[in-house]
Amino acid sequence: MDFNFVKEYIPHYIEAAGLTIRIAAIGISLSILLGLLCSIIRYFRIPILHRAVGIYIELSRNTPLLIQLFFLYFGLPKIGVVLSSEACAIIGLVFLGGSYMAEAFRSGLESIANSQIEAGLSLGLTKGQVISYIVLPQAISISIPAFSANVIFLIKETSVFSAVALVDLMNVAKDLIGLYYKTDESLLMLVSSYLIILLPISIVFTLIERRLRHAGFGN
Amino acid sequence: MQDLGIEVLFQGKNLFRLLEGLWVTVRISIISVLISIVLGIVLGMIMTMRNPFIKIITRCYLEFVRIMPQLVLLFLIYFGLTKMFQINLSGELSAVIVFVLWGTAEMGDLVRGALTSIPKHQYESGKAIGLTVVQNYLYIIIPQTIRRLLPQAINLVTRMIKTTSLIALIGVVEVVKVGQQIIEASRLTTPSAAIWIYGVIFFLYFIVCYPISILSTRLEKHWRN
Amino acid sequence: MKSSEKLVEIKNLRKKFEATTVLEDISIDIHQGEVVVLLGPSGCGKSTLLRCINGLENIQGGVIILEGEKLNEQTKRIHLVRQKIGMVFQSYDLFPHMTVLENIILGPCKAQKRAKKEVVKEAEELLLRVGLFDKKDVYPRQLSGGQKQRVAIVRALCMHPKLMLFDEVTAALDPEMVREVLDVMLKLAKDGTTMIIVTHEMQFAKAIADRIIFLDHGKIVEESEPNVFFSSPRTERAKQFLNLFEFDAI
Repeated sequence: MDFNFVKEYIPHYIEAAGLTIRIAAIGISLSILLGLLCSIIRYFRIPILHRAVGIYIELSRNTPLLIQLFFLYFGLPKIGVVLSSEACAIIGLVFLGGSYMAEAFRSGLESIANSQIEAGLSLGLTKGQVISYIVLPQAISISIPAFSANVIFLIKETSVFSAVALVDLMNVAKDLIGLYYKTDESLLMLVSSYLIILLPISIVFTLIERRLRHAGFGN
Repeated sequence: MQDLGIEVLFQGKNLFRLLEGLWVTVRISIISVLISIVLGIVLGMIMTMRNPFIKIITRCYLEFVRIMPQLVLLFLIYFGLTKMFQINLSGELSAVIVFVLWGTAEMGDLVRGALTSIPKHQYESGKAIGLTVVQNYLYIIIPQTIRRLLPQAINLVTRMIKTTSLIALIGVVEVVKVGQQIIEASRLTTPSAAIWIYGVIFFLYFIVCYPISILSTRLEKHWRN
Repeated sequence: MKSSEKLVEIKNLRKKFEATTVLEDISIDIHQGEVVVLLGPSGCGKSTLLRCINGLENIQGGVIILEGEKLNEQTKRIHLVRQKIGMVFQSYDLFPHMTVLENIILGPCKAQKRAKKEVVKEAEELLLRVGLFDKKDVYPRQLSGGQKQRVAIVRALCMHPKLMLFDEVTAALDPEMVREVLDVMLKLAKDGTTMIIVTHEMQFAKAIADRIIFLDHGKIVEESEPNVFFSSPRTERAKQFLNLFEFDAI
């Protein structure tokens, strides 16, 4: 193990990790918004949109992100739509993440018993008030385990962005292996980088879930 | 007439080659899933043991495999193992190893979850009507475990098939790689091939994964009631 | 307690679930301060009738009038009408993510837009009356069934409803908890609250009701004072129904 090499190239990894985190943060935030929107459309069965969202969710969940990215990055320019690596990465991540988030929120929404809604209505609350005070707070806390699994899943998925020429962690490792044949060192730094990014997030989510379960408010 | 690009699919054996590539993808997934199911059941049973040492080891394995992106695992096996042991693993073998490592972890956790989710009174009521331990497992515990397990196990198959797209990045000639080869070969004759080829691959994956997803949700709904 | 003033008028109410008729030609007047108990075998439509009165079900014919205002699910103002009606359910349906106090003040604060301070004070007084003041800051899951149901009653009362609807509120309770809930309802009756009650507690029905309405197959079969109904029911069906609750020695 050549630790001088490790020391020398750590800044490359830090820079790449920054890019990975930035793209993941933007992509996941937008995924949450898209997911919320889609889950609400599905939950209220808004005509036409409901169907469209259904098709989107199935397409997105049953195809690999890599192909979605290749289509965006190599395919679309052929019909004149040229997107940067970063734009492709974000669009791809949101296309994928939106459907996963939508399913997480929807199962949360659907787990709220109808009698809860009726209890709210019979207090004279409007439909909007019932949703914002009774349905959403419960639905969100119920969907937290699925939500946190999705966040970790999406961060992991960012590793394929190297395939559309984004200089992320994978790409740095691949280059170092190719250029200097420093396989062990490059892979060690690669694994460490992902551990440093993902382990704390995973632990925080586990703690939140544990707290929720203990404070669980099942009847 | 303007070049549409779609004819690239029908030139020579292009479509056939894509389907052949798809088969490589599916084959690797199926082999990996089958091995993962067997090892996963063993792992799941081991994980229900109370021994703290076993608990820590299995937990670490599970967390590591789950936290690492599959592409990183592929690199670790394909480049790392090759260098460390001076052996030359084919891309395909590396892929199977990675998917089995990952699939065993996921299956193991599913099996553990299914086993521990069977309420205690189910074990007891079997005993109460005079079943032997073996009969109890055979007629009561295992059927319930399978009902909880099978939909998620099937779901794991689609996740694996989708993930196999990554093995193109370590040089395995499967559907994505074949697609790249076709695009490369027809660069001069059909410049717009990329959009068609990737579009077709997109739908090929969909056609393979969608029925499996549906099967999984159907089973889950069916057994929940 | 009953006054001559009509609070609710139900005329020729008809309710269908797709092809099956659940309620047929129901007409009832309920007066200020009156306690009406709906009895009948399960599936006779008594719970559905309560839900119609609260606008939780749409109706296919007839009218329901509360204080001169027509009630149907389509009205934009249905939530305003509901504010005048308190409803308590079999399954309590407290909001699990809110404390007892938060459960109670949600309606008055958000639906009626009353000042929080005043509502909290009233909620605390009501909790004191049902013996649950010390539980005001706990979450519903920490309460027993009987306690939950008393909180649910307080939650409805805090809205100052003109009418209270009770839908089998003791059906899900352990036997030793039934009494504490029924006692609260008896107290309310004494204070002159107008109530419509669906229950299977015959002794309680006899004690609390000003009038018994017996439903079967979605129709009103018999309507009389409790003494009359329980001692000498006029119809064969009511007799059969009451017999279900009698046990003879073998």
